[in-house]
Amino acid sequence: MRVKAEGSKETVKFLGTRNVYGEVLAALGDTYPQIVVLNADLSGSTQTELFHKKFPHRFFNMGIAEQDMIGTAAGLATVGKLPFVSTFAIFAAGKPWEQIRQSIANPGLNVKIVSTHGGITVGEDGASHQCLEDIGLMRIIPHMVVIVPADGIETRKVMSAIVEYKGPVYVRLSRIKFPVIFDEGYDFKISKGAVVRAGTDVTIVATGLMVSHSLTAAELLEEEGIAAQVINISTIKPIDQELIINASRTTGAVVTAEEHSIIGGLGSAVAEVLSEHSPTPMRRIGIKDQSGTSGSPAELLERYQLNPQHIITAVKEVLQQK
Amino acid sequence: MISKTPLEELPAIARQIRIDILTMLTHAGSGHTGGSLSAVEILTVLYFVKMRHDPSNPQWPERDRFVLSKGHAAPALYTVLARCGYFNPEELMSLRKMGSILQGHPDMNTTPGVEISTGSLGQGLSIANGMALGLKLDKSSSRVYVLLGDGEVQEGQVWEAAMSAAHYKIDNLCALLDFNGLQIDGPVREIMNIEPLPDKWSAFGWDVCQVNGHDPIAILDALHRAEKVKGKPSLIICETVKGKGISFFENKVEYHGVSPTDKELEEALKELCG
Repeated sequence: MRVKAEGSKETVKFLGTRNVYGEVLAALGDTYPQIVVLNADLSGSTQTELFHKKFPHRFFNMGIAEQDMIGTAAGLATVGKLPFVSTFAIFAAGKPWEQIRQSIANPGLNVKIVSTHGGITVGEDGASHQCLEDIGLMRIIPHMVVIVPADGIETRKVMSAIVEYKGPVYVRLSRIKFPVIFDEGYDFKISKGAVVRAGTDVTIVATGLMVSHSLTAAELLEEEGIAAQVINISTIKPIDQELIINASRTTGAVVTAEEHSIIGGLGSAVAEVLSEHSPTPMRRIGIKDQSGTSGSPAELLERYQLNPQHIITAVKEVLQQK
Repeated sequence: MISKTPLEELPAIARQIRIDILTMLTHAGSGHTGGSLSAVEILTVLYFVKMRHDPSNPQWPERDRFVLSKGHAAPALYTVLARCGYFNPEELMSLRKMGSILQGHPDMNTTPGVEISTGSLGQGLSIANGMALGLKLDKSSSRVYVLLGDGEVQEGQVWEAAMSAAHYKIDNLCALLDFNGLQIDGPVREIMNIEPLPDKWSAFGWDVCQVNGHDPIAILDALHRAEKVKGKPSLIICETVKGKGISFFENKVEYHGVSPTDKELEEALKELCG
């Protein structure tokens, strides 16, 4: 694995996780004839139109009716199809939450819910469309696997993994393009986290876009003589307990970073692990129990304190508690 | 595949199913009596005559599918499945008990013959649509049946699914609506009126017919007719009586979600067997 930090001398490449999703899904359609795709009037935005063009008979636009879409996917799964269901995160995890619980997760059906437009970086559409709660909403449902890829390369690897996994999975992708962190040699396994930067003073556990921001923060911290370890937790459930516990024992201080509410998401998941197995001073970077608002992604990351500088502040705070 | 039961035997089977339902509910001490009794003839005609299925091979790929969208009528479904041979009728007395294969509402992973878990209202028609679309993709001749409650169609998702079924011309699907007129809090028309049902479903693009939901021949005729409808989904509105078959349960809203007492069971069995 090769890791490039944002801001390093190397030119940073950007890839859209949803763009990769659309391409990979259309490609997987050849290998897996049982794949069917359902969408709620957002096939362009979710990039599922690529699958639609290639396999029109295996694509179902369900209109603006997410609850029906989830139920239909459940029914398709019972007759041996492998449904991929896509819309914006808030309409994928929020609006049909109870349908997901009842019709997909309780019976353990093999349905993949791949949302796009997760997090605050949805931007100008504002609070109604910025999903800051989906990780928590999905994590609490029994049998549900929850994955947030950190870049386009990881998104591709995630797709290969979940298509082979039997059971319900929720994947959160984003509207904006992410800096590429991984190279093709990166090996993704469901429920396995990855150390993407070594360090001994503090551990930053991040997911999604915040992995890249955490790497930038770690580079800047190094200039101040602080060696920050950065861990990518893409599978938030089931979480890689061993990696998190070992890291906390090595560094003795943990900061979590996510583009999600600090309630219920990655920060909560890490706190659950550490408070039971290895109590460790912690800080959580995320949306602090607030609604979103309109703005550019860059403005919003600053307003909600999700930039490398905010991670650095949290690291310095938690280090005082060591 | 199960052999078709002669029509003249259906009344006796329906009586046995009512005896089972009342006995298991009394034994369980809780459960939904009224809406189970109203659905007896519908389920009996489907499972004993109309549907292609094989109790000795519940996963037979060529079977017709049934979705109990009104999942609270689970006692009726369980009894029919047991009497068809999916499991030993002795299991019926374990209804709602810890560790039972018969959960309070249908669970596809614990009960042989249950196609999909239900119980949260409004979801079954979408699921049935998905099954039917999947079967069509596979060019299967299997049909999908789904039983809706009348109060259930107050759920918005039912109308989303009604749109989808017509939009995708899902003609291998037949929905039946157990129109007993009562829901937990009172008469459906007083709680939240759903009528006129035929006009609404027709306007949504469905083929609609209305039958006496306690007349096996009328139900069967409607099912045969529905099978001939091409290019659109079919709905059979079954006019039923909540608590059907037991004089003191019939049309009583109080018996929606209450099981019989020992004394009520005794009286009810006298009526059924007398």
